[in-house]
Amino acid sequence: MPEATGNVTIPQLLTTPMRILPLWPVSMALSQLARNLLYAHPEILHRIDKYQNHHFELDITDLPFVLRLDPARAQLRAFRRGAAPASDARIAGSFAAFLAMLHGAEDGDTLYFSGALQIEGDTSAVLALRNALDDAELDLGAEIANALPFLAKPLRQSLAPLERLTGLHLTRADTTPEVY
Amino acid sequence: MELVCPAGTPAALRAAVDAGAHCIYCGFADETNARNFPGLNFSRSELAQAVGYAHARGAKVLVAINTFPTAGKETLWHSAVADAETAGADAVILADLGLLAHTAERHPDLRRHLSVQAAAANPDAINFYAQAFDVRRVVLPRVLSVEEIAAINREIDVETEVFVFGGLCVMAEGRCSLSSYATGRSPNMNGVCSPPEHVDYATEGTDSVARLGGFTIHRTPKGGVAPYPTLCKGCFTSGDKTGHVFEDAVSLDASKLVPKLAKAGVTALKIEGRQRSRAYVAQIVRAFRAVTDALEDGRDPPALALARLSEGQAATTGAYAKTWR
Repeated sequence: MPEATGNVTIPQLLTTPMRILPLWPVSMALSQLARNLLYAHPEILHRIDKYQNHHFELDITDLPFVLRLDPARAQLRAFRRGAAPASDARIAGSFAAFLAMLHGAEDGDTLYFSGALQIEGDTSAVLALRNALDDAELDLGAEIANALPFLAKPLRQSLAPLERLTGLHLTRADTTPEVY
Repeated sequence: MELVCPAGTPAALRAAVDAGAHCIYCGFADETNARNFPGLNFSRSELAQAVGYAHARGAKVLVAINTFPTAGKETLWHSAVADAETAGADAVILADLGLLAHTAERHPDLRRHLSVQAAAANPDAINFYAQAFDVRRVVLPRVLSVEEIAAINREIDVETEVFVFGGLCVMAEGRCSLSSYATGRSPNMNGVCSPPEHVDYATEGTDSVARLGGFTIHRTPKGGVAPYPTLCKGCFTSGDKTGHVFEDAVSLDASKLVPKLAKAGVTALKIEGRQRSRAYVAQIVRAFRAVTDALEDGRDPPALALARLSEGQAATTGAYAKTWR
């Protein structure tokens, strides 16, 4: 299990090509993932409740684009930084922080206390989303494999070594780091 | 000693059970409990499933119904008690005198614990609750020293439970209306301290600014440590001084005092944090279970390193070892 951290960042070697990447295929793939995920975990929308129609800007600060989540329409789209339509709430942090929180390795409040995560806009909506995703006990690799079955085998073989190599929480945390 | 652990969601409850909690406390998704936040808490069916999960693994489930019923809306609190019993809860945690009376009369077999929100901080008050409503355990307010807890335990015949980790309040529990002044809502009446719909964060220059009900209550420089957006942890200017006028942004960590608390006659150790994620719950429960296991085996408890998980990323022993500034 990698060290719990929000400070690991994506190397520039990877982000530089992303700057010229067309964003529409990224948006298509991410929205497909969001649709599959919300279909498989209907309790997420139930917990988000009255904030389903809110728009959330997920600003992954070490990526050259931001994501905009529309839960009610199951859309997760990428926009160049500064070009995204206005959202009701914005959550900003590193890719490592988002992954660690999503996979249950890091607590959202802990990341907020340390400054690794910032929020703006509708705080209620942010809490609803955070709590809904935490309760869903997601594993992003498993969700991608469900959406795109041909990726299941390579994901299964590569995620653990990649996790060790990068320090990112790429799989769901079923065990917690020792704290004593 | 019994470890009583928080769960804001079914996933957090499972994490607490798996990490070794003896008891888990949780609440329904409405204003009957003091952590009434969006996306948090349990439906009736989720509670029944959670009780099944916990009981199958030898853990108990306590349901906090610890806010004060609003006049004319008592039915909401009454049905919460009835539904907790139906779900198989091992006890309910109550604060309001009327709700205690209702529960003792209508649900006599449902074990009753007195919430910290009742602020019962002396033997007379505790004995009254025990005699009048057959309360079996009292959660002591976080304003007592270890010596005072020992003195109370000598004069009462019910179990005591004390907080050992998590957020602290500046006042005796059950008496705080600070957030009402800025938002019109309070923890005791609505189950929320600093209701999130009144909280607004903005970036000004390189600072992160927190506002509550339109009032700026904290400004965190880039890379600084941020507290919860509560008035008691706000940073204000008073006279020629600027700082945390009410209370520093630190959390309780009484892990080193657990042996003394055991000697003082305490039955159960409580961890605060139903608003936190399953990652927090698992880490804290695992750490404190190591402490209670060590105590059970007659070993020295391990030193814990939990400050990173705390509000303000700093810890205090609070009133247990009183050193007022």
